[in-house]
Amino acid sequence: MKSILIQNGHVVDPANQIDGEADVFIQDGKIAKVGKGLKVKADQTINAKGKIVTPGLVDIHVHLREPGFEYKETIATGTLAAVAGGVTSVACMPNTNPPIDDQAIVHFIKSKAEKEGHCHVFPVGCISKRREGTEMSEVGELKKAGAVGLSDDGAPIMNAELMRRVMEYAKMHDLVVIDHCEDMDLSNQGVMNEGHASTVLGLRGIPAASETVMVARNILLAEMTGAKFHVAHMSTAGSVELVRQAKKKGLNVTAETAPHYWSLSDKSIKNYNANFKMNPPLRSDDDVAAIRKALKEGIIDCIATDHAPHSSTEKQCEFDEAAFGIVGLETLFAVTYSHLVEPGVVSLSRAIELLTTAPSKIVGINKGTLSEGAEADVAIFDITTEKKVDVNNFKSKGRNSPFNGWNLKGWCELTIVSGEIKYEGN
Amino acid sequence: MSLKSKDLLTIEELSSTEIQLILDTASSFKEVSTRSVKKVPALRGRTVVLFFQEPSTRTRVSFELAAKRLSADILNVQTASSSLVKGETLIDTLKTLESMTIDALVVRHKCSGVPLMLANMTNATVINAGDGFHEHPTQGLLDMLTIKEQKGKIEGQTVTIIGDITHSRVARSNIHGLQKMGAKVRVCAPPTLLPAGIEKMGVEVYHDLDKALKDTDVVYVLRLQLERQKKNLFPTIREYSQLYSVTSERLKHAKKDAIVMHPGPMNRGVEISSGVADGPASVIDEQVTNGVAVRMAVLYLLKGEKGENNG
Repeated sequence: MKSILIQNGHVVDPANQIDGEADVFIQDGKIAKVGKGLKVKADQTINAKGKIVTPGLVDIHVHLREPGFEYKETIATGTLAAVAGGVTSVACMPNTNPPIDDQAIVHFIKSKAEKEGHCHVFPVGCISKRREGTEMSEVGELKKAGAVGLSDDGAPIMNAELMRRVMEYAKMHDLVVIDHCEDMDLSNQGVMNEGHASTVLGLRGIPAASETVMVARNILLAEMTGAKFHVAHMSTAGSVELVRQAKKKGLNVTAETAPHYWSLSDKSIKNYNANFKMNPPLRSDDDVAAIRKALKEGIIDCIATDHAPHSSTEKQCEFDEAAFGIVGLETLFAVTYSHLVEPGVVSLSRAIELLTTAPSKIVGINKGTLSEGAEADVAIFDITTEKKVDVNNFKSKGRNSPFNGWNLKGWCELTIVSGEIKYEGN
Repeated sequence: MSLKSKDLLTIEELSSTEIQLILDTASSFKEVSTRSVKKVPALRGRTVVLFFQEPSTRTRVSFELAAKRLSADILNVQTASSSLVKGETLIDTLKTLESMTIDALVVRHKCSGVPLMLANMTNATVINAGDGFHEHPTQGLLDMLTIKEQKGKIEGQTVTIIGDITHSRVARSNIHGLQKMGAKVRVCAPPTLLPAGIEKMGVEVYHDLDKALKDTDVVYVLRLQLERQKKNLFPTIREYSQLYSVTSERLKHAKKDAIVMHPGPMNRGVEISSGVADGPASVIDEQVTNGVAVRMAVLYLLKGEKGENNG
């Protein structure tokens, strides 16, 4: 394996409190040394002057769609999209077909990822068998096979008794329970946030309370059981307040949000464009402000994309009938940099923490650092050149991005996974 | 004078001048329907497709008559007879129709936004005949024409819309249009039938019918979809009627010369009593008559000889 020296970049590695110009030396697939003016002999030298060098990003909320929905995305295309966005580790959600409710599917995904994938893949197992929300899946077996968390993502666990039991049981196996917090009755077949915007468009609304009441219930159950509970794709001001209180109490509660929840609101939905349709939906301006504040204050622990590729026929149709979800891997850092770091909501180093060490900690994987001896997952970003998002250039099969046409800074130039260059931008 | 857009999708996007133009044109077309030969050649040789993907009799018949009186060729494409039931996408259906070179597509669809989506994908003129809970622009226009005829002007009138605002495209089109033309709009319903943020549309919100009717010039009663009761939006039809049915007794709270409107079809005895529906204040039949005139005006302005150069 070639040794690589990345020279003179601005290294941001929150785990080791590094935020300044340094060299990164990679040997045998590991981080060998990080420091100023390294005097080493490398097979390949990369000049990163003026660029940002970070640990490879970690996205704990990704839909790779395989097995079952290969027309939307595959492990190969999804992980290629990941490295194109500087992401070197993804946790993939279990709403596949068959779902990841069985150790065999965990093995299938891991072996496929090893053969065809471009980055590290960590499967999340189902909370319930067949994702039906009634019977607990084989949590112990899933864990043994390599699942890093439990979720029925896409579907909430409406049955509170099941959630209680899964939390109790998952605690024994030291697995985090990740819930798509939504009260389906309150959502009532809604397709966008309930408010003035939905009223004018004449679309069925999903009230903010649909998420918030479920976050409240799950926090109460986490308190009761002592389980590790993680709020997926948090979008409302009310949820932020509940997580704030839970943290104050010292509960094992964490939360993620996605770039679209701080960069877009329900007012952004124009012309019934279904690339603005996802669940939870784009919320009100007040919610957006609360999410930004929560990121700043550390109430939200990490950023994840909820990368949800769909085919064009599933999106170019009636808004009511269109599939929920948008792609996000390839715009993750650019939207984070341009709409969170540049406006001064969080520092660059804090943003990198939200994208590396923080998510790794939640699912308990040893990723997201440039510590000596760590597997060499590294990303290099250009934060000065502004470029227009063009979905036609995406590596993902999905073209369903609300950011198409946006001018953004923060584009990935190079991605290294376990010491190998897996992506080079132009 | 002509309309800015090639389509009529919403009243929200129309200017007050455009609304005025449509109403004036409609007034002049009313005369055609009183002739013994009810036909003018304005749309001769043009093909108008009535693309109705939701049950509708009144609106479809009204559009069909309007197009026929303008001498257009009509093609009815309805859910049961269309390929939509075979799983064809809406876009493919549109492409098929477009390949047969149609001039105008009148669209009714249960999903909000469909006419707009289709309009962006075709060079044909698209006319929204009602989409989801979004808008029903020709209904709003015929209502405004009726108010203008009955009251002399729209400006300064207080219009109270009563009933299920949440699920009403008629209410939304009227709220946009009436406010643009200078009327004051009130809505009256239980909170369960009022959509979130409705007050931000500039209307006054009432829950008490008697208070809402005070000083009202135009009482606009919406049809109550009876199946909404199962969704817990009101406890029983009986209780709804007690609270919100417009009866002769309650109409006394409105101005003496108030008129009563309803987009039809009515549930007599539910949202409106027969006494009011058939009484002297009712202009419900005039609305239906004006519907044909307004639709003739819209078709003419968008697709007739003079409307041709508006791109």
